[in-house]
Amino acid sequence: MKVKVISRSTDEFTRERSQDLQRVFRNFDPNLRTHEKATEYVRALNAAKLEKIFARPFIGAMEGHIDAVSCMAKNPNHLKGIFSGSMDGDIRLWDLATRHCVRQFPGHQGAVKGLTASTDGRILVSCGTDCSVRLWNVPAASMMGLDSSSNYSSEPMAIYVSKNAFWGVDHQWDGDHFATAGAQVDLWDYNRSEPIRSFEWGKDTVISVRFNPGEPNLLATTSRDRGIILYDLRLSSPVRKLIMQTKTNSVAWNPMEPMNFTAANEDCNCYSFDARKLDEAKCVHKDHVSAVMDIDYSPTGREFVTGSYDRTLLPRERRKHEYLEAVKKRYKHLPDVKRIVRHRHLPKPIFKAAALRRIVIDAERKKEERRRAHSTPGSRPIVSGGDELLRGVPDAVSHRNFDSAVDIDALSYSASLRLGSGRFDCNAMVARAVLPYL
Amino acid sequence: MEDDKKPQLISPPAAAKKDALDELDSKVKKYLRGSGADLEGVKDKKLRGQLAVREDLYGESAKAAAKTEKWLMPSEEGYLEAEGLEKTWQIKQESIVQEVDILSSRKAFDMILPDLGPYTLDYTSNGRYMAVAGRKGHLAIIDMYSMYLIKEMQVRETVRDVTFLHNELIFAAAQKKYPCIYNRDGVELHSLKEHGATLKLQFLRNHFLLASINKFGQLHYQDMTMGEMVANYRTGLGRCDVMQVNRWNAVVGLGHSCGKVTMWKPTSSAPLVKMLCHHGAITAMAFHPGGHLMATAGQERRIKLWDLRKFEVLHTYTGNAKSLEFSQKGLLAVGNGSSVQIWRDQSGDHKYSRYMSHSMVKGYQVQKVAFRAYEDVLSIGHSMGLSSILVPGSGEPNFDSWVANPFETGRQRREKEVHSLLDKLPPETIMLDPTSIGNVRPEKKKERLTKKESEAEMQAAITAAKSAPLKNKTKGRNKPSKREKKKHEGIARVKRPFLDQQLKEEQQLLKKKQRISDDPQLPKSLRKFIPKLE
Repeated sequence: MKVKVISRSTDEFTRERSQDLQRVFRNFDPNLRTHEKATEYVRALNAAKLEKIFARPFIGAMEGHIDAVSCMAKNPNHLKGIFSGSMDGDIRLWDLATRHCVRQFPGHQGAVKGLTASTDGRILVSCGTDCSVRLWNVPAASMMGLDSSSNYSSEPMAIYVSKNAFWGVDHQWDGDHFATAGAQVDLWDYNRSEPIRSFEWGKDTVISVRFNPGEPNLLATTSRDRGIILYDLRLSSPVRKLIMQTKTNSVAWNPMEPMNFTAANEDCNCYSFDARKLDEAKCVHKDHVSAVMDIDYSPTGREFVTGSYDRTLLPRERRKHEYLEAVKKRYKHLPDVKRIVRHRHLPKPIFKAAALRRIVIDAERKKEERRRAHSTPGSRPIVSGGDELLRGVPDAVSHRNFDSAVDIDALSYSASLRLGSGRFDCNAMVARAVLPYL
Repeated sequence: MEDDKKPQLISPPAAAKKDALDELDSKVKKYLRGSGADLEGVKDKKLRGQLAVREDLYGESAKAAAKTEKWLMPSEEGYLEAEGLEKTWQIKQESIVQEVDILSSRKAFDMILPDLGPYTLDYTSNGRYMAVAGRKGHLAIIDMYSMYLIKEMQVRETVRDVTFLHNELIFAAAQKKYPCIYNRDGVELHSLKEHGATLKLQFLRNHFLLASINKFGQLHYQDMTMGEMVANYRTGLGRCDVMQVNRWNAVVGLGHSCGKVTMWKPTSSAPLVKMLCHHGAITAMAFHPGGHLMATAGQERRIKLWDLRKFEVLHTYTGNAKSLEFSQKGLLAVGNGSSVQIWRDQSGDHKYSRYMSHSMVKGYQVQKVAFRAYEDVLSIGHSMGLSSILVPGSGEPNFDSWVANPFETGRQRREKEVHSLLDKLPPETIMLDPTSIGNVRPEKKKERLTKKESEAEMQAAITAAKSAPLKNKTKGRNKPSKREKKKHEGIARVKRPFLDQQLKEEQQLLKKKQRISDDPQLPKSLRKFIPKLE
């Protein structure tokens, strides 16, 4: 007779001293775990719920500005540092990691309206309502960690004065030019006190300017006359002009697909365009209930963030355990999980405004339908897509997509929003706005 | 001697390698949890790609688990092998106890408690603690590692069944009028009066549900976390004192005196399954831990093994059983009278045959047999106390600390309690096939017949009506003209639905055409004033 039975001595399976770690034994046999799928489903459901409960998109505020923040810029060469300019003429450099002010750049007499850093991150250009453009030396990255008391504020490298107030500035990618927006679009060189070239199309004020990240000579501007104008610096005149139904507050180029840009419009929507084919918007992004004030793309080109006059940002942040993400993904099609994951909480004022806006849009649509019914067939052509929201686009809009939530990943990126002035807590740099879409 | 050795030495290494690969394959199969998705049938190219990636991932993880098995799972399962003419069922417990190590030999014992029997018992899921209940009110909890009697008490009332709840701190006892819940110190925490005079109790660990069947054949499910009565169903089949949970899908099986077995879930008032298993009353039943096998015993001296996938009987054996129980490794214990037999599936085709047998003193009556999880031990509650015997090969040799840990510390127990409460499953997840959760029901396409097909169908119906034999009627009603008329009527009746359908479709088409051909010269609002042309 041969016999063996399971025999476990307690010493082998428990720890010897209380300082030791508890011993863990694994057996991955599926038969030991009953109801595997049901358990995974419950975990996915709980993870979806917990994510909603603990969602905290607001990471922190950086305090110090005395007046409202009017513009921001990120340093392309140094991820931790971002610049901000305020309505009282104060410019500050912040360390995002420690959330401290590292440097101040005093000098502007009026509001700072535009900030930009050169691609190598060494020169900061600012402009404002005091009709001056100032160039500043940015401290090296290694200096930022040092005690800031020794050299806290710095002197401008150069000051160039013009006749008109400035509204915005942007630096060329991989070049030593920068462009300012104001009464006209001016192109500047670091070493010249006068703009090397000026562009004008119409008499209205230009309110924003952005260089194309792929083609350094291409730039897009928006102006008060509701237009978006594309310029090529190699040509003496502008390339294309596009008139929208309402004013465009800002544009941003997609850094990964440099032919595409997205315009933030007064009519609560953002429109994505292909620069080669401006006659129709590629995509309309609707969700804001008030004018969209500013827009910026994430470096991946997959997401963008917008800030609106309705006091909201549309960001999202993901920080969850990999496992929970996996089970959530696995059970995402089940109705309970789907419902919770898809649900977005809206603050009451936004919810009400959205409802009101829906009514307005509906009324306009109905009115248009009735007009069409009472007029000669063919005299009021149906815009393809059939939505009155798209009236701002000059021609037919073929493709519509409703990206309800715009994702962003990094703080530096969300902070680089140039927020409109006066609407946010005046000395907090990251808007203390409601972040409702979570 | 040399002749024996030689063939081993010259065995080619390739063959050995192949054997190792085969072994690995069989191990991988265990971790794959069934066959993969049928990718051929998926039309969506993107989805097919995603599924292929997912399937690869499953295969990899199964392979990894199989490979790490030899390090993660060092213990090997027990065995009992006979030598020569000896048979395994002839081997006595005394000789087994003499052979095994001293720690294991202590696990075999007889506890003579003549006054308060017969005894029933229950183990915690990790197999460490045992709750004992004597019919005449004797309740006790024993730590089986140290053989320490944690608590013993006399409730001075009939106790019919006992079960641990999620851990060893709380247990429920089915007493004379209603079940009560006690903690480890013997304090009565709750009395569950709604359940009535309960005969059997079972606890569904993953769902935290206490299931009970009372004297009147009423099945109750109570949530043990919130105290809510989840379900209360009348079985309608009279008094029933055979109840067993299928641990694989948490479906409760009841064995009735009419020979029927019914299976229940808390979310349906009708049984999921109702099967006539025996001609006599059901005396015992048990579910295989794999979920696909059920053993039932009837009063008419039959023990049957059932395939729960097809609900068919696999094998029928002759014999009585007061209590049946499957072990973790699939051994079947059959307790009857004063003897207990252990059956084993020798060949892998569910043909169970005798593996061990154990006879107690004549006159003892077995009440309950229960295998101890993660140990090679079978405990027997009988009329004169408790016995424990060694059954090599019955238990799972390797435990998982996160599933059930026999060496759990207090801190680990508390942590596990929280985690299991977070993972508590809702009662809706109890179903016959728990693997179907998360599956998508295949889409049913609504078929629309083409004109040709509907025509063919109509023709078939007409020919069928023509060839249908006419009844012979009474005189005067059986004239050829009448018969002909009847026949035509039958054909017309058959044709009618098809013609109606055709007419409807034609009208729809006409309507559509008219809409398209509306006068394009007038604005839409004025078109309604155009006189209609008939």
